[in-house]
Amino acid sequence: MTTGAADTDHGAADAADQPATPGERHRERREIHGEDLLLSVRDLHVYFPIKSGIFIDREIGSVKAVDGVDLDVPRGSTVGLVGESGCGKTTFGRAVLRLVEPTGGTVHFDGVDVAGLAGEDLRRVRRRMQMIFQDPMASLDPRQSVESVLTEPRRAHGIERGRAKSVGELLDLVGLPASSASRYPHEFSGGQRQRIGIARAIALDPDLIIADEPVSALDVSIQAQVVNLLEELQDRLGLTYVVIAHDLAVVRHIADVVAVMYLGGIVEQASSDALYKAPYHPYTKALMSAVPIPDPIIEDTRQRILLTGDLPSPANPPTGCRFHTRCPYRQPTRCDDERPLLRVMSPEHTVACHWAEQIHAGDIQPRASAVVEAAVRDEPPRQGVPIPSDPDVTTLGPPAGV
Amino acid sequence: MPAAGHLLDVRDLSVVFTRKGRRDVRAVDGVSFTVDAGETMGLVGESGSGKSVTSLAVMGLLPKRGVRVGGEVHFDGDDLLTLPPERMRDIRGQDIAMVFQDPMSSLNPVVPIGIQVTEVLERHQDMKGEAARKAAAELLDRVGVPDPNRRLKEYPHQLSGGMRQRALIAMALACRPRVLIADEPTTALDVTIQAQILELLKELVRDSGAALVLITHDLGIVAGLCDGVHVMYSGKIVESALRHTLFAEPRHPYTGGLLGSVPRLDAPRGAALHPIPGSPADLRPWSQGCAFAPRCANRVDPCMQETPALETSPDRALRCYNPLRADEEVPA
Amino acid sequence: MALIGFGLIAFFVLVAIFAPLIAPYGPTDRPGADVITPTNIPGPSAEYWFGLDELGHDEFSRVVFGARQSLLVGVVALLLGMAGGLLLGVLAGAFGGKVDGVIMRIVDVMLSIPGLLMAIAIAALLGRSLLSVMIAIAVINIPIFARLLRGQMLAQRESDYVLAATSLGVRRRSIILGHVLPNSMSPVIVQATLTLATAIIEAAGLSFLGLGSPDPRVPEWGLMLANTQRYLASAPHLAFFPGMAIVLAALGFTLLGERLREALDPKYRR
Repeated sequence: MTTGAADTDHGAADAADQPATPGERHRERREIHGEDLLLSVRDLHVYFPIKSGIFIDREIGSVKAVDGVDLDVPRGSTVGLVGESGCGKTTFGRAVLRLVEPTGGTVHFDGVDVAGLAGEDLRRVRRRMQMIFQDPMASLDPRQSVESVLTEPRRAHGIERGRAKSVGELLDLVGLPASSASRYPHEFSGGQRQRIGIARAIALDPDLIIADEPVSALDVSIQAQVVNLLEELQDRLGLTYVVIAHDLAVVRHIADVVAVMYLGGIVEQASSDALYKAPYHPYTKALMSAVPIPDPIIEDTRQRILLTGDLPSPANPPTGCRFHTRCPYRQPTRCDDERPLLRVMSPEHTVACHWAEQIHAGDIQPRASAVVEAAVRDEPPRQGVPIPSDPDVTTLGPPAGV
Repeated sequence: MPAAGHLLDVRDLSVVFTRKGRRDVRAVDGVSFTVDAGETMGLVGESGSGKSVTSLAVMGLLPKRGVRVGGEVHFDGDDLLTLPPERMRDIRGQDIAMVFQDPMSSLNPVVPIGIQVTEVLERHQDMKGEAARKAAAELLDRVGVPDPNRRLKEYPHQLSGGMRQRALIAMALACRPRVLIADEPTTALDVTIQAQILELLKELVRDSGAALVLITHDLGIVAGLCDGVHVMYSGKIVESALRHTLFAEPRHPYTGGLLGSVPRLDAPRGAALHPIPGSPADLRPWSQGCAFAPRCANRVDPCMQETPALETSPDRALRCYNPLRADEEVPA
Repeated sequence: MALIGFGLIAFFVLVAIFAPLIAPYGPTDRPGADVITPTNIPGPSAEYWFGLDELGHDEFSRVVFGARQSLLVGVVALLLGMAGGLLLGVLAGAFGGKVDGVIMRIVDVMLSIPGLLMAIAIAALLGRSLLSVMIAIAVINIPIFARLLRGQMLAQRESDYVLAATSLGVRRRSIILGHVLPNSMSPVIVQATLTLATAIIEAAGLSFLGLGSPDPRVPEWGLMLANTQRYLASAPHLAFFPGMAIVLAALGFTLLGERLREALDPKYRR
């Protein structure tokens, strides 16, 4: 379960001892106006038809990648969208940008329904909403020099050189040397390529950036660099982010509001702190308890909720609550025939679960088989350091004993 | 003379990749560690650290051409590196088994799962036909694959990622090996599936008394699963300790840097991330000092001159001229 | 490896260009006419490096002039084939959907007709000439290029960088021409050089079968091979030299293909 107590202590100690870090300053400065919505998505559906047949393609069903999603993104905020593979978060991001065609629903960007635009209008609105892609190598044309990559947005919209950020400025903003301009993507490391992708995304001063797994393809020690860069840029350029990721810890860190997706729908949405302190939805609970934490004491003492089985196919989702087939808290009524809607639990915290209140109050317990108690560890087989004894080096600890 | 009692005793292992016209690459540069029965040992590092190559060297799975392997790998009285290929093939799968990262590429896509499992049993345990099939079904059941008899006939692409990984684990454990090496076994899996698989590994290792060598870049996994941890950087071990010690008091700046740069689920929202500057490619050759020096905030003069030696103390092994002090959590 | 290819090509091209200067005799001169008898066709000698052929021509001169013919046929056939194939491929790859479907069915039909039959039909239609051979070879190769380019383009269109360009608001035409097409060309270039190699062989083959120019005086390597069938045992040099020429020319282009691909790929530029 969550460790709220440890959480607060750590926070208090931090605030008292250390000067405001860039991350902290960044959060204080941003004021989020709840009502000024830059992006407002309502009832978005993206269905992919499944075709079959030898001579003529018949549509025999559809993959319901996104199945009725509402999302509000206030100007200047960062909204995180988390979920595992198959939940539809990537498709959602692409549908918002019309990189994939929505099957239904509306996407209001700054008041205009993007889902209905076409041709030149769509192209023009694209200036203001950009995407950062997961794979830094695949999202750059290997034959394009960095300079070409960064000037392409400007050229595509016929903007004169002086009226958009220069290549030098962009490189500087993302922390790359000016000499990068004449080089090609394959000459850079993964982290640097991702920076190029970010520079490209901000080239035209967009309002909204959708970051699709911005750091998951990077080495661990580089991820933090890019996360910090994104926060810094948000500060400097007044950007609004939608961060799509499967890494809960990264999203917790960077997002103000987090929405959890499962099999095409949002199951819970709350501010980042509230979600962590008190997740209501069983899937969120399981997701959180599954994330490894680099602290052996916590790992040893935390209780885990384990899910059984696999993700159902999005082409054939379960009836009723989509999660009920794997839910440790499933009840005999309502769960398998009635699809739960998002309901308000507390201000800014919505959950799609019929039994959320009872679960939260402890009236409903998870199935015993799904709960893994705090690990019972035998004493480690040895007391000393696990390297071979070397007569030239200082002595090892006490000999192995079980 | 190898220390008595260690199940696996790796001494001064080195792996050099040679290519015509290019410089030699020292992927593993003098790595030593031991593993005892029933113990879970973690080998932590990022790309380029040499952790995977280390495991491949122990298993004897590196190509013969273009690779120079040095050092000793003692297992059960033999030095695996000097064994003839047939002996090594006997040991592989039987006494030491490996689970790889990507279950899709580790399984033969055109052979049903059942046959891939029974193949292992036939090779090492001389089981045939019905006996092998029954044993395979039991194995699949043990690793938590529902309806194992039906699954035996299925092909890898019909199973989900988690199921495939379970099948791989079943294959690895088929002959009750004494050492199981798992190379990033859950990296390709969703986090809830990862939790299931890690729980399974924990259980299986506990029940069978095998030793587990877990190779990963994820410090969270290590914190929950491993007894002892070795942190690798650019082919050498830079810090080793039991897990509580390592996480509570990391001494090597790289270890500290990793811990400070990873976002934690339980950290307060305002907590900053302290990334390690530079990239894993910013290396200094070990022969000219410390490979981590270009990125290290604790760098001092000796770091740019001579290889730091591995110094052992009762609770830790450390390769650093200027380690973090006990009160420093992360380099500023 | 690549240098050998390049060297061979350069060699043949130079030979073709400077044929009149290199060959001691014209292709239709018959300096050794009086020496020839059906049983005595002299092989290589100091005076006639490749020997004489059955009509008294200097074989060396004929082979040298033959370079012109063969390269001409090969290059023209290739260009025609590429032009047709790439056009179809671009249309299919750029538009996709129904256009792609229709074009690919046409290509399938073309592929289903055996090349030789096609060549015979064309020769029957246009008469026996080198032009017929060129057209026939071109037609055989159109489907190859069409499929190749179309396949590459369809694959590249799914790439993330295309998605990125779309999200930036780059016009579709610019994406196709500026991103997809350049990244699809590498295998096409390689295929072009390979096709040139096979075109030379195919041209020789068709001439050998009598579909090319019916005039036996034309110094075309394949035709030369055809004419020497009867004399194979007694005058093997008549088959050897034209045959070797064909092999070396084809080899040269094949090796060149490798080199070109590497040169075009930015990864190798540095």
